[in-house]
Amino acid sequence: MHLLVCGGTGCNASRSQEIAANLKSSLKDNGLENEVQVILTGCFGFCEKGPIVKIMPDNTFYTEVKPEDATEIIMEHVVKGRKVTRLLYTDPENKQHVADSKHMGFYKKQMRIALRNCGYIDPQNIEEYIGADGYAALAKCLGEMTPEQVINEIKLSGLRGRGGGGFPTGLKWEIASKNHADQKYVVCNADEGDPGAFMDRSILEGDPHSVLEAMTINGYAIGATIGVIYIRAEYPLAINRLLVAIDQAHEYGLLGKDILGSGFNFDIELRYGAGAFVCGEETALIHSMEGLRGEPTFKPPFPAQSGYNKKPTNVNNVETYANIPIIITKGADWFNKIGTEKSKGTKVFALAGQINNVGLIEVPMGITLREVVYEIGGGIKGGKEFKAVQTGGPSGGCLTTKHLDTPIDYDNLLASGSMMGSGGMVVMDETSCMVAIAKFYLEFTVEESCGKCSPCRIGNKRLHEILEKITKGNGTMEDLDNLRNLGRVIKDASLCGLGQTSPNPVLSTIENFYDEYVEHIKDKKCRAGVCKSLMQYVIDQEQCVGCTACARNCPVNAISGEKKMPHFINTELCIKCGACIEKCKFNAISIC
Amino acid sequence: MTKIKSLADLKAMKQSVQEKIDTRAKGTAEGLVQVKVAMATCGIAAGAKKVMDYMMSETEKRGMDVVFTQTGCMGYCHAEPTIEVTLPGNEPIVFGYVDLKKADEIIDKYIKDGELVEGIIPVNYEKINN
Repeated sequence: MHLLVCGGTGCNASRSQEIAANLKSSLKDNGLENEVQVILTGCFGFCEKGPIVKIMPDNTFYTEVKPEDATEIIMEHVVKGRKVTRLLYTDPENKQHVADSKHMGFYKKQMRIALRNCGYIDPQNIEEYIGADGYAALAKCLGEMTPEQVINEIKLSGLRGRGGGGFPTGLKWEIASKNHADQKYVVCNADEGDPGAFMDRSILEGDPHSVLEAMTINGYAIGATIGVIYIRAEYPLAINRLLVAIDQAHEYGLLGKDILGSGFNFDIELRYGAGAFVCGEETALIHSMEGLRGEPTFKPPFPAQSGYNKKPTNVNNVETYANIPIIITKGADWFNKIGTEKSKGTKVFALAGQINNVGLIEVPMGITLREVVYEIGGGIKGGKEFKAVQTGGPSGGCLTTKHLDTPIDYDNLLASGSMMGSGGMVVMDETSCMVAIAKFYLEFTVEESCGKCSPCRIGNKRLHEILEKITKGNGTMEDLDNLRNLGRVIKDASLCGLGQTSPNPVLSTIENFYDEYVEHIKDKKCRAGVCKSLMQYVIDQEQCVGCTACARNCPVNAISGEKKMPHFINTELCIKCGACIEKCKFNAISIC
Repeated sequence: MTKIKSLADLKAMKQSVQEKIDTRAKGTAEGLVQVKVAMATCGIAAGAKKVMDYMMSETEKRGMDVVFTQTGCMGYCHAEPTIEVTLPGNEPIVFGYVDLKKADEIIDKYIKDGELVEGIIPVNYEKINN
């Protein structure tokens, strides 16, 4: 028998170490120390009910355990085999105690559909994929379904593009299928560029065949015989695993001529991108594939009408494709029961920032931010206060405490001034400055703007300059109006999705953290202590003993004072290098 | 040479592989221990490959029958490198922060004697069974 005690940050703070120690000593008292083992584990992700003690192998899940409860757990559960009912997890819906943790709703928070094979099969072994029901969807499509039926199934499933925009996938396929041409193309957009998002890479590295299978199905549905994966060259392992997978699929007759004896031919090749963010936009991506500059062009014509080599082209994102095979095998009706009314299925998020369980998670659409941050994410690092979550990367915005209970889906995120994007989620606490965050994302956009249209090229540069001015302490209240007006113009007038969304981080932080902007402008203060120019170094007159160490080490001679008398910093000369703080042995210098 | 020419071929292959995978998931009748190592770019960067190489050579040195498989991202970025160990007849257990020292401990205690060691990452997602 094993007693697992949660040793995650949250439970640790509620004395889980002490619980483990008490359990061990109680076991010893009963002479059971050799039969029963007490083990500290990583976070169970159930911090609000912590500390957690789980008993294996019977899967008993005790919540809110106190060190004093240890003896009772040993005497009752371990010695007499009776569960300690009062410590069992209570189901919030039916108020029943749950004895077996397998029946806890909590473990249904995450659902791996797109990531179903990641961490389960060997990605470089096609047989393992086949064993996990791989290529069954392709066989079903080729053997039992007409292309129209395939498209219809995808339409019925309600699947929407996972690359950010959320366009209905089935509809996209239908449009491409209705445009006739001697050659059509299927393109997989693997140009994942949002800072902090890596779900596409994880899928390609962990389950490359699912994407190949989906692209082949896509080809059959719209009448294309060539598929191209546009992937950034900075993903060498993903490229390598794709190449291995493509070779294996050829060898097994699942790519190439006359697939599964159906007469359908399909082949997939790779194109490498140089890692420009704008190439995630489908028209820019297609131009880059054609050997041209990666610049977007006006839509219409849509790629479905005239895309790669001026032929009808269907472009979908990696995660979108990863959903396709399982929708075909399990059926649209299975898929469209998951999620919310207008956003079906699950979404993979890369959870990062000031959160305990940084990780790649997949959750049903409609989950709340609270569940993601406090349950799956295990809460904020160091027990600090939650401040905001940036979703959608440089195209998205901030969600704050008031959005904690909003169900996450495409439409709610848009209504909150953010967007789904490709699924980056950066969690921030009180040590993050929202003005600096907005500036960070704009730096990225300014760098990545292709420069073709002036609203994006010039407008974002100006936005960035204004933010720079505010973080330096030179902002005026008019700057706020300028940011808002200019932001709206850029959104309205830009050519492609990059410019149309790039002001979102600024606009949403002004909307949600107006006070913080005003503080930077009027009080010249950065409450998070991030904006260097707004910080001041001060010597505490009581603590300072006048040792002169700071004055001797100040590179700009900004510190003066008599020996053995309190010193002063001339803030006009101070360059905020921090040398004085390092040298002070009396903790007399602080930043405010 | 083309191996799968029809739906029937595919089904036959699935059947035979499925059996292999099932026995792997549940631990095999012959008592083989299964170790999966999460080897996406990030896992490898955190040292997963070194850990896998080490465990392979160590288990062999100690004459233990262990099947190693590389796999994709398990999602526990905060605890890389991560490995999943399945003892025959047992539920899989995921261990995080596996460095060479921890790997040694896992081989010595859990794989050899079924004694759990610290560093367990509780699995908190549902798998979609195909």
